Amino acid sequence: MSKTIIMTGNTAAATAARLCRVQVIAAYPITPQTSVTETLSQYVESGELPAQYVRVESEHSAMTVCISASTVGARAFTSTSSHGLLYMHEQLHWAAGSRLPIVMCCVNRGVGAPWSIFNDQQDSIAQRDTGWIQLYCRNNQEIIDTVIQAYRIAEEVYAPVMVCYDGFVLSHTMMPVAVPQADMVDSYLSPYRPHTILSPDNVRNINPVMFAVLRKNSAGVLCDGYMEMRYKLQEALEKAREVIVEAGRKYSELTGRDYREMLWSYQDKDAEIILTGMGSIASEATVAVDMLREAGIKAGVVGIRVYRPFPRAEVQKALGKAKAIIVLEKDISYGYEGALCSDIKAALYGTAINAPLHNIVAGLGGRDVKASEICEAVKKSLAEMKGQESRFKTHWLNCRQ
Amino acid sequence: MPENLFKVKKEEYMLPGNRACQGCGLSLAYRYATKALHQKTILTIPASCLTVLHGLYPTTSVMIPCLNCTFASTAASAAGLVAGLAATGQTDTTVVAFAGDGGTYDIGIQALSGAAERGTDFIFACYDNEGYMNTGTQRSSATPLGALTTTTPILTKVQHKKDMLKIMEAHHLPYIATTSPAYPIDLYDKFVKAKRIVGTRYLQIQAPCPPGWGYPPRDTVKIARLAIETGIFVLFEIEDGKFHFTSRSKTIAQRGRRLPVVNYLEKQERFQKMSMDQIESLQKMVDSKWQEYQKKAEG
Repeated sequence: MSKTIIMTGNTAAATAARLCRVQVIAAYPITPQTSVTETLSQYVESGELPAQYVRVESEHSAMTVCISASTVGARAFTSTSSHGLLYMHEQLHWAAGSRLPIVMCCVNRGVGAPWSIFNDQQDSIAQRDTGWIQLYCRNNQEIIDTVIQAYRIAEEVYAPVMVCYDGFVLSHTMMPVAVPQADMVDSYLSPYRPHTILSPDNVRNINPVMFAVLRKNSAGVLCDGYMEMRYKLQEALEKAREVIVEAGRKYSELTGRDYREMLWSYQDKDAEIILTGMGSIASEATVAVDMLREAGIKAGVVGIRVYRPFPRAEVQKALGKAKAIIVLEKDISYGYEGALCSDIKAALYGTAINAPLHNIVAGLGGRDVKASEICEAVKKSLAEMKGQESRFKTHWLNCRQ
Repeated sequence: MPENLFKVKKEEYMLPGNRACQGCGLSLAYRYATKALHQKTILTIPASCLTVLHGLYPTTSVMIPCLNCTFASTAASAAGLVAGLAATGQTDTTVVAFAGDGGTYDIGIQALSGAAERGTDFIFACYDNEGYMNTGTQRSSATPLGALTTTTPILTKVQHKKDMLKIMEAHHLPYIATTSPAYPIDLYDKFVKAKRIVGTRYLQIQAPCPPGWGYPPRDTVKIARLAIETGIFVLFEIEDGKFHFTSRSKTIAQRGRRLPVVNYLEKQERFQKMSMDQIESLQKMVDSKWQEYQKKAEG
């Protein structure tokens, strides 16, 4: 039986890492992620978690330590936020290119300049194309559950997984969390086996220089080139969809909590207006939906749990009957629109779905997003969508313009 | 008498026909370093000339397992190997990082300082060819005063070389040593000794570079020897804070005969635009460093 404890999102993340029996932790403090590293230090120094904790001098080194440790067969964990994540950028590519099942929590925070320590999702969205699987959580229960599932996914796909959750909104907010029992997690996760053994008994040169053409090895066998390796990473992330669904199904069986789909939904069965988004903003949207329904608007929420690989078919299905779509997000792809909005539009291209779609960029740098504000913004968009030229639009919520 | 004069292994761990340049000072040094290190060792190397020497996928010229890492991350990569090996019970393996001066003095210094401060149990070897040679001879903080590089093409480098050894000394390491490909047995001895010691060990190799320094490939050993004989580069060890000269530098210290730096400079095209003032400044710098070392040797 699991035990329910009231805890912050950061404690949930650290608890999950402990339950996954991570063997190497390398982390560097940054707000709002810091207490993950502190909690893990407590676990390690008290002997509760027999792991190597490398107190690195930067996030670049944190990810590097995870890369090397994972290469020699250790289950590695780190967490960061914002500039820490950006500082790791080079190593994020290196981790994915090396096909290492590292799990990292990204406690979402805005990115400077100017400085903001508060929440939005610009940091993880900016790392979208690094080859990492990205999962988003909407509450603290999802954080603990998602980290555990992340190791199973990562170690099966041989790709790193970023578990994203909103800074302060989740990281520093206490919520009841059912903590799975250690033996349940042990039965759920098989021991990690690296895809290549790097040991003195096995001479290899891992990640050397590649040429554009295919080359033969000393046995005369034509080996993969750089481009084939890129293709295989893409293929792995495409296939990861099945692995994610299977990992969620198995986890749901063990815990009774539902992770069977890459999307989650609220009041969507008869919904004409679909609100969609990732993380806590999608959670907030469920309250807005209640308000909209009180006002006679048949609204529902489709929450995106898995952002990379993008759940293309699932999005098409979930938005198939919508008469209007509202994409809420805490990021912006400058010069265009919100990144999630573009991805959703791309998923719908070529289908019969041609509902008007508005993008609501909200909550940047921690600006409060109230359910009532979402509710009003949706009403405004619905009115606008009646005009042909306003079927597709991006609005900035609660922002002086 | 060098410890391993008659014990250097015949087996080669750096194979011939690799992609290093003709007369490469690094390859001379690497050949002996790999002979000293080969047993139960994992290497990690950043983007550098050594990446080229190790070869193109799917073949390699080095018979020691190696993990390539990004430019800034060498020492952290070693720290991750150490942690990962410890976590998985593979504790009898020596982790060795091998980086150029760019990967040590410049972009790699943060990770190196971090790993050294934490007392990470590994060997960090810097092969110092005094510039960004892999990208075609740009200046680094290890480039000496007065050297022409492609990024100091007219005025020459106007700053003195950074004293990386002093920076590493400030980390209170159990073992620091300098080596030269001109003195391979001394180099071999130092790597053998470093392998036995626990904690962060820092070795610096002066690695003359024919294309970057501008001298004929056949003269690499000659240039490396002149560096020692002029005191431009000094062979020593610092064991638990105790300094002593080794090899040729030891005899120079005992007999007090050091050649003027100009004997070294005039053999290399990179110094052809050096002014008299610069030569004088470099001589002064070398003299004062030498005195500093002598004082340290006297204890």
